[in-house]
Amino acid sequence: MLNHDKIERSVPLLIVLTIVTIAFGGLVEIVPLFFQKSTTTPVNELVKPYDPLRLAGRDIYIREGCYNCHSQMIRPFRAETERYGHYSVAGEFVYDHPFQWGSKRTGPDLHRVGGRYSDQWHYTHLMNPRDVVPESNMPAYSWLDRPLKEPNIGAKMAALRAVGVPYTDKEIAEAPKAVEGKTEVQALIAYLQGMGLALKQTR
Amino acid sequence: MDLKNTSDFVSGFWNMYVIVITLVSVIGCGVFLLLQDKAKTNAGNTTGHVWDETLEEFNNPLPNWWRWMFYITVVFALVYLALYPGLGNMGGSFGWTMRGQYEAEMKKADDQYGPIFKKFQSQDIRAVAANSEAREMGQRLFLTYCAQCHGSDAKGAKGFPNLTDQDWLFGGTPAQIKESIVKGRDAAMPAKGIKPDLNADQIKDLANYVRSLSGISTDSIRTQRGKELFGQACGACHGPDGKGMVGVAPNLSDKVWLYGSKEEDIVETITKGRINRMPAFGEFLGDAKVHLLTAYVYGLGGGAKDDAPAAPAAAPAADAPAAPAAPAAPAEKK
Repeated sequence: MLNHDKIERSVPLLIVLTIVTIAFGGLVEIVPLFFQKSTTTPVNELVKPYDPLRLAGRDIYIREGCYNCHSQMIRPFRAETERYGHYSVAGEFVYDHPFQWGSKRTGPDLHRVGGRYSDQWHYTHLMNPRDVVPESNMPAYSWLDRPLKEPNIGAKMAALRAVGVPYTDKEIAEAPKAVEGKTEVQALIAYLQGMGLALKQTR
Repeated sequence: MDLKNTSDFVSGFWNMYVIVITLVSVIGCGVFLLLQDKAKTNAGNTTGHVWDETLEEFNNPLPNWWRWMFYITVVFALVYLALYPGLGNMGGSFGWTMRGQYEAEMKKADDQYGPIFKKFQSQDIRAVAANSEAREMGQRLFLTYCAQCHGSDAKGAKGFPNLTDQDWLFGGTPAQIKESIVKGRDAAMPAKGIKPDLNADQIKDLANYVRSLSGISTDSIRTQRGKELFGQACGACHGPDGKGMVGVAPNLSDKVWLYGSKEEDIVETITKGRINRMPAFGEFLGDAKVHLLTAYVYGLGGGAKDDAPAAPAAAPAADAPAAPAAPAAPAEKK
């Protein structure tokens, strides 16, 4: 019989039993998410894998730490849906690896920012937010107006395909051409303009 | 309990998987404590385990307050799982859903604010624009949805039109303003107008001429040369006199400059062209809010006169006092 004494005197046993104990939460809360329709299938046909330029933009979003101040998760409260649009649902994020939900809003939520502003607005705003929103405390990202260097875009897409994003060989082969000659800010704007369109017209 | 299978799981296995693990672990915690409770304790004596020379451990039973709290949490968990969703597909006897709660919240707000919106929706834009309560609501909506581009004072910025002046790119009648909000607007000036062979010098001439149209002093020789070019390169859209046409091309002869009136600004405009867009807000905002916003923008001072009665747009109105606060979406600071 396992007792207090034995467990405390054997570190490996203590580790194993601790892991077993805390695994229960993950087993019921995380594992089934991989076997639910709402979390594994796109919510509608508008949810598509990121094209190469948007994917490059997403990586800039991550690199610049945008998620530190912007969430991508509209909660089902009136105060949020009035301002941003339809609340976020799991089926919109099936091609996000990893998702950029974030957990802090120093700036506004960005999940439905796609199409909300013009490309020109985003450009001006990223170069210096005060030019369009004098009250803004967002930092300027003026260095983004430089050539996009994405030598590994095909490899990134292949990696995403390995975790379930349905890229075709042709898409991967043509990816380098799609990002050629673009700037970082163009990629980031392409990413932002594609965000949250799946339920944009749904109230 | 709702045992109907409206499952989101890909197979019934996962339903049982969640139910079994949840119940076994919750009940297991209670049973485990019960068994430990019965294990031999020896109040006041030590376990006999001594370490670091003098440290010993009492073999006392668990304190009652702790034990009972633990039992209460087990009971709470079971009651909770019976009332609320948690066990696989079971919805809980309260039938609570996150979506249901959201819809109830929306309905409550609609019941409270809907009549206010409806009251204004049935009125003419000009009447709404003259109503101070509507203006307050309109301003809150404007600050939430429009200020990011047009500015909190609606005076715009470079590339984003000023809504308080008399200059309207797509028309300033209530119907035109409403159409701009609902459907959005796209504007594109092609690079070098319709004369793609313009050279840098000719562009400078044109810029000088265009500046002269607004009464800005310019180089007279360049202005003269620019005037001759204007008809071929720009006149088709901006008109032979540069006065433009609503919905087609801006008036170049007024003092309003969307992209700046400096010579280099105009040279840039001609050389690269300009593409601009006002996004469509009709689907997102819905008719009631669009109506109020139209009235607000119309009432900012620039509302167009044609087919307009003489009523001054910004006149204060003696409407019902103590009206409930308008439901603006929370404008959390950015």
